[in-house]
Amino acid sequence: MLIDGFTVGAQVFNFLILVWLMKRFLYQPILDAIDAREQRIAAELADAAAKQAEAQQEREVFQRKNAEFDQQRALLLNQATDAARAERERLLDEARQAAVALRTQQQDALRNEARHLDQALRHRTQQEVFAIARQALTDLAGTSLEERMVAVFAGRLRDLDVVEKERLTSALKASPSPVRVRTTFDLPPAQRLATEAVIKATLGVETPVQFTTTPDLISGIELTTNGQKVAWSIADYLASLEKGVAELLKAQDSPEAAPELEEPQIEATR
Amino acid sequence: MHLSPDEIIFWQYGFFKLNATLAFTWGLMLVLTVGSTLITRKLSTDLHRSRWQNLLEIIITAIEQQIAEVGLSQPRKYLGFLGTLFLFIAVAALFTVIPGYEPPTGSLSTTVALALCVAVAVPLFGIQDQGLRGYLKSYVEPTFIMLPFNLISEISRTLALAVRLFGNMMSGTMIIGILLAITPLIFPIIMTLLGLLTGMVQAYIFTILAAVYIVAATRVRKPKPDLAAKI
Repeated sequence: MLIDGFTVGAQVFNFLILVWLMKRFLYQPILDAIDAREQRIAAELADAAAKQAEAQQEREVFQRKNAEFDQQRALLLNQATDAARAERERLLDEARQAAVALRTQQQDALRNEARHLDQALRHRTQQEVFAIARQALTDLAGTSLEERMVAVFAGRLRDLDVVEKERLTSALKASPSPVRVRTTFDLPPAQRLATEAVIKATLGVETPVQFTTTPDLISGIELTTNGQKVAWSIADYLASLEKGVAELLKAQDSPEAAPELEEPQIEATR
Repeated sequence: MHLSPDEIIFWQYGFFKLNATLAFTWGLMLVLTVGSTLITRKLSTDLHRSRWQNLLEIIITAIEQQIAEVGLSQPRKYLGFLGTLFLFIAVAALFTVIPGYEPPTGSLSTTVALALCVAVAVPLFGIQDQGLRGYLKSYVEPTFIMLPFNLISEISRTLALAVRLFGNMMSGTMIIGILLAITPLIFPIIMTLLGLLTGMVQAYIFTILAAVYIVAATRVRKPKPDLAAKI
């Protein structure tokens, strides 16, 4: 008989025991180990993914910050450039204004100097003219300048027309103060008396005469009273002389034009 | 010349006896259990692991995969039963290289016992999966007339399982015995190697058929995504 009943039963029992043994000692431990490893790998992968995501995020943050920084830098640079440009304009303006002021000041100084020179020249010329005239009169006519001047002044008084004489007379009468006669240099007593006599004779007014010497203002002799004036002066001569000298200087200067004051050049440097 | 190791009896007391089939079965059980214990005693969950652990992992994951490919959606639930069937039959065939060894699967008693286990396990899994009523209903489908045919099918396939395995294992042993008598050189070795291959194939067939029966009994409604993708 090929089939033995006891053996069949025993083998079924054996097989069931083997199933339990295998489950207990083989499948369960091995499957547990595989599961544990898979979990571990999954955890590591998740960890790596998380780290990658974090790194990505940080990279994005860094890039954004970088871009912001670039923008800020560009903005600041622009602001600085604008400020520098404005500052340069301001400084250039200041420099131009300073240059203009300096030039004006220089021109004023030159003008002042010219005026002073002119005055000094006129004064000197006047003195020279008087000196020459005095000398020439003494040498040629044996008379003094004061004498001739008073004579000319007297002649001018006498030559006044009627209307003018009357106006002068009324002015003298109305004036409470004495008649003032101003001369460039001191008159000798003889000339003073002669002058007083001429005034009295011509105008017919009995009035005290006050003589004063003003060497700088008058270039001759002058009578003033209450707004009326009679005078002889070399101012006309001097004006004529000045005009002649000016023409002469002009004629000298014109060939070689006077060098103009150079305008200060301020080069803008970038 | 023995037709079955059942015939080699070491000890007998009335109904109880200790024959070669039982002795070799115990030997196999001992080897399997001790081997598993030794290897699984120090398992590593690390990426580095021993060669033996690797081997066992490969075998077990391969069995799991095969069960899943047959159509069982929860392979681990059936791994204990189907995996042990495969390992027992495969190791029984593998040990035929040892001289003096008689495979217990070459005994019709053993194969009948295994087939009976399958015949009992299949309804149990079916009832567990779809309930007693649902499982019994499957016998009268599509019509009530099919009931006797279904019952005959149950019996015949159990018988077929037992006889197929017994025939193949027994024939291997028989052929080697005959060849040893006729041409004692070379040919027995070749046939032994061939017998190893046959044993592996039989282990695979037995396990897969059992799995298919379980699949039929549990009536898988939703195919596995993997399987669906492959089709």
